[in-house]
Amino acid sequence: MNSWLRVFLVGGVIAYRGLFNWLRPAHYFPTMLGGPLFQILFFAYLGRFANAQSDEFYVVGNAVQISAMAGVFGMAITIGGERWTQTLGPLLATPASRLAIFLGRALPNLLQGVIVSTFGFCVGRLLLDFHPALASVPTLALIVVTTVASCTAFGMVIGAFGLRLRDSFMVANPAYFLMLLFCGVNVPLDVLPDWMSAISRCLPLTHGIAAAREVAGGASLGSVGGLLGTEALIGLAYAVAAYLLLRFFEEESRRRATLDRM
Amino acid sequence: MSALRIFAAGWWMNMKQLTRSALFVFTSLIEPLIMATIAFYTAKAGGKPEALFYMAIGAGVMGIWSSTLFGSGGVISWQRWEGTLELLVASPPPLLVIVVPLTIATATIGIYSLSATLLWGWLLFDIPFHLAHPVLFAIALPAGVISMGLLGLLIAATFVLYREANALSNMLEFPIALVTGLLFTTALLPDWSHPIGWVLAPTWAVRAIRDAALGGSPGFAIVLCLVLGAAYVVLASWFLRVLEVKAREKATLSLA
Repeated sequence: MNSWLRVFLVGGVIAYRGLFNWLRPAHYFPTMLGGPLFQILFFAYLGRFANAQSDEFYVVGNAVQISAMAGVFGMAITIGGERWTQTLGPLLATPASRLAIFLGRALPNLLQGVIVSTFGFCVGRLLLDFHPALASVPTLALIVVTTVASCTAFGMVIGAFGLRLRDSFMVANPAYFLMLLFCGVNVPLDVLPDWMSAISRCLPLTHGIAAAREVAGGASLGSVGGLLGTEALIGLAYAVAAYLLLRFFEEESRRRATLDRM
Repeated sequence: MSALRIFAAGWWMNMKQLTRSALFVFTSLIEPLIMATIAFYTAKAGGKPEALFYMAIGAGVMGIWSSTLFGSGGVISWQRWEGTLELLVASPPPLLVIVVPLTIATATIGIYSLSATLLWGWLLFDIPFHLAHPVLFAIALPAGVISMGLLGLLIAATFVLYREANALSNMLEFPIALVTGLLFTTALLPDWSHPIGWVLAPTWAVRAIRDAALGGSPGFAIVLCLVLGAAYVVLASWFLRVLEVKAREKATLSLA
């Protein structure tokens, strides 16, 4: 158990420091905070122009969705990065628990996602018409952590394709942008066609964003328990899928000797 | 004459290279369609069907802007990574003549975005495609593309001095779309932001294309596209000269 925890925590932190050594402040601030800030403003103004929804709708939707910067892109870089830096082979040659290895690598991205999301909510509070009651903040925080975890699990699925595809960004990029459309971030689900709403209900973020909107509007934790539980279950399903995919691609790449092939 | 030949060869070469990049094709084709779909459903949710064609054009021009930003922001860095930058700098033509066709090519690829977005809107959202002034549209589109390509030239020339250029590329997509009114009128924005939009080519490119398509007077916007384009060339020329001299003095041309 001790070694499992060590691989999970220490391994995860060291891997993050190694794989993201390029993430200096000059890179971090524009990418992780600047881009999301303007994304929130852009969609809020688009909503104002079309008289579609309130600022609160766009702030909550986008503040939660921007956590995918870390959850989806971060995980794609984490798993693909092991390949680019030629550390994937030695890593998978170790007898360490794969669950500990990959969950440990997901944890820093999850924390990054929470930071980015929190920043998004603060921006909304300061620059737009978004004024949730102070009492709703702890519940909002719980929803954000659950939703970001679910999104990171989805990111692990995307990252798993990094073991097979030459460039996992070819999956991560469409995934990030399609989330803007499908997950109720900027368009209410009832406006989307039925087939799109059906897909959105199987994706991370959708239920978390709906719960966050209700709580920001004054609902209690109890009244959004179903949405939050669904979000957590979806996250769990993606985590299981990611684990199975990672094992499958690992086995396949051993069999075909393609682990380090770029 | 040789400058024209360099332009044609560089433009065609970069067009071919960019269309071979799956990531670039995503940025210039798929991403604008997603943005357009969000815009269409937002207009639908707000009960503003009359804004659909307006937004379709805006989403298409946003695609041109994304291609330009992504392509031009990295154009010199890519030459550096490929090991061809020293050869280009050492060759007899001025660096400006070599870089201009590369950045114009990135904006030209963006025409895919506009065409795809308009076709997408017509096929899936029944947005009528009717041009109020077809001839002026045929003038406004290349004027807009060239002005955005020349803004790309300025971006290429300045970003190369900044080591984290790709981070700036990641960040600038939405703010420029915001202040230039690509998808909505800038009248909604605070007054202090308007002058920022006035010096950016996408502001006038989208106005020219919209006025030509929806019915208006695109003449002033077309002229401003060309004037701004010329100003970008002058500024970029100065930046590139400074960059070349600095890089030669410090022997850092090939250092990323």
